[in-house]
Amino acid sequence: MESTILEAIDFDAYFGENHAVKKVNIQIPKNNVVAVMGPSGCGKTTFLRCINRMHELIEGTSTKGKMLLNNEDIYDMHPIFVRHKIGMVFQRPNPFPNLSIYDNVIAGYKLNGMKMAKPDNDNIVEQSLQKAALWNEVKDSLHKKGTFLSGGQQQRLCIARAIAMEPEVLLLDEPTSALDPISTSSIEVLLQELKKNYTLIIVTHNMQQAARVSDKTAFFYLGELIEYDITKTMFTNPQDKRTQNYITGRFS
Amino acid sequence: MAPNIKYRIGKSKFFKGVIISLSVLATLPLFIILFYILIQGFAKINWHFLVNLPKPVGETGGGIANALIGSLLIVFVAAIIAIPFGIMGGIYLSENRKTNLAYWCRLSVDVLQGTPSIVVGIVIYFWIVKPLGTFSALSGSIALAIMMLPIVVRSTEETLKLLPSTLKEAGLALGLPYHKVILRIILPCGFSGVLSGIILAVARIAGETAPLLFTAFGNPFFSTNILKPMQSLPLLIFNYATSPYDEWHDLAWGAALILLIWVLLLNIITKITTRRWKVQF
Repeated sequence: MESTILEAIDFDAYFGENHAVKKVNIQIPKNNVVAVMGPSGCGKTTFLRCINRMHELIEGTSTKGKMLLNNEDIYDMHPIFVRHKIGMVFQRPNPFPNLSIYDNVIAGYKLNGMKMAKPDNDNIVEQSLQKAALWNEVKDSLHKKGTFLSGGQQQRLCIARAIAMEPEVLLLDEPTSALDPISTSSIEVLLQELKKNYTLIIVTHNMQQAARVSDKTAFFYLGELIEYDITKTMFTNPQDKRTQNYITGRFS
Repeated sequence: MAPNIKYRIGKSKFFKGVIISLSVLATLPLFIILFYILIQGFAKINWHFLVNLPKPVGETGGGIANALIGSLLIVFVAAIIAIPFGIMGGIYLSENRKTNLAYWCRLSVDVLQGTPSIVVGIVIYFWIVKPLGTFSALSGSIALAIMMLPIVVRSTEETLKLLPSTLKEAGLALGLPYHKVILRIILPCGFSGVLSGIILAVARIAGETAPLLFTAFGNPFFSTNILKPMQSLPLLIFNYATSPYDEWHDLAWGAALILLIWVLLLNIITKITTRRWKVQF
């Protein structure tokens, strides 16, 4: 029996008057890859940004309902603490351009003022880059700026930066949409490795990608969670007509 | 109905000629001024000129050491006052674009930028010189700091606004507190722009005369006490150029050239820093 790490209960999110996420109930099992798909504007990215409380940074937004991480409501915790536990990778690679590759990886520690001995730092940097499958490519140029890397490498650097903080959940917001097919497939392979240690939630436009990488898939439409099931079941035997239409591309 | 191609080409050429000759005409006065100051000032500048004090009327020689050190000191103190306020204000304006406070801040910065420098001088005279009962370099620095402030605020704001918002999100998503994101990520990424704004502002206030007339006042002797009147380059030029003595005219020409070189150097440094510290995305 898989244990649930993250659970949303009757969760709503708003942009001012606009009801972007409607009464979502979902349970995310530990060490799984969960894909969130749906057409543009369906609220999937908004939902993702509610999980690490990035949504509230935009002016005029609000949320309702419960979002539980290990049965604790993250909206009762301090946002900084939440973001230590729930990492995020963005649509476009965004390494800190003023920092070296090395400093980018430990930015979460260093800029938070956590002083650590150099061997510990070296260790975290190597471990994180190993896990992000980037170590072999950058081990000789750790002190170059992160922005000299290619787009795919930069995105893996961002993943390394996020997992260096040892989060429990990693959110990925269309992490490959700005990348070429080769970089995309290397990130997809990486996700399978990462789920051994982390729980991953990935928003994607790409149905093939959802089918390839995820254990479970959630389908959002017009702010509602229409269907949530094991990926294989979802793609072969969807229960809802709207899911079926979306998967088969007969969407109006 | 064949168009008259030759006529059209001729018209284009004529237009091009007008543009070129007018731009040459526009830059001509600048070059004439530069050339004239160079001719007048160059012969006067030597080591003596830089390290000696002005001589009394009737004696030849003498230098502008007091004005040079005075100017450096007054501008330095002005920069120290204006930079923290300017950068913080710029950060606030770039971070809060739509609040009421930001609207009024931006408006007052714009008005301040357009305020004649003599008005700033008068205000400081009534606020600081009169209550303290003495002209002082410090009051001059405060007047110049007020002149400098809007330039620093605006250049900081414009620089930081251009940084992608994903950078800030990346920092916040790592669980960094807001002030660390601003001070350790946003500001360093915009460093070259902020720095060049500061240097340009320094170049701009170095030649300001009006606010210093009734604040720093001027001083024929050497002084480094910022609570007492102090000489500065623009004041020296103003006083000596309007005097009837040829020796003093020479000093004024030399000082004018030094001031010009100062501004030129700062502009070159700005260009270098923008290139040197530019952050690549």
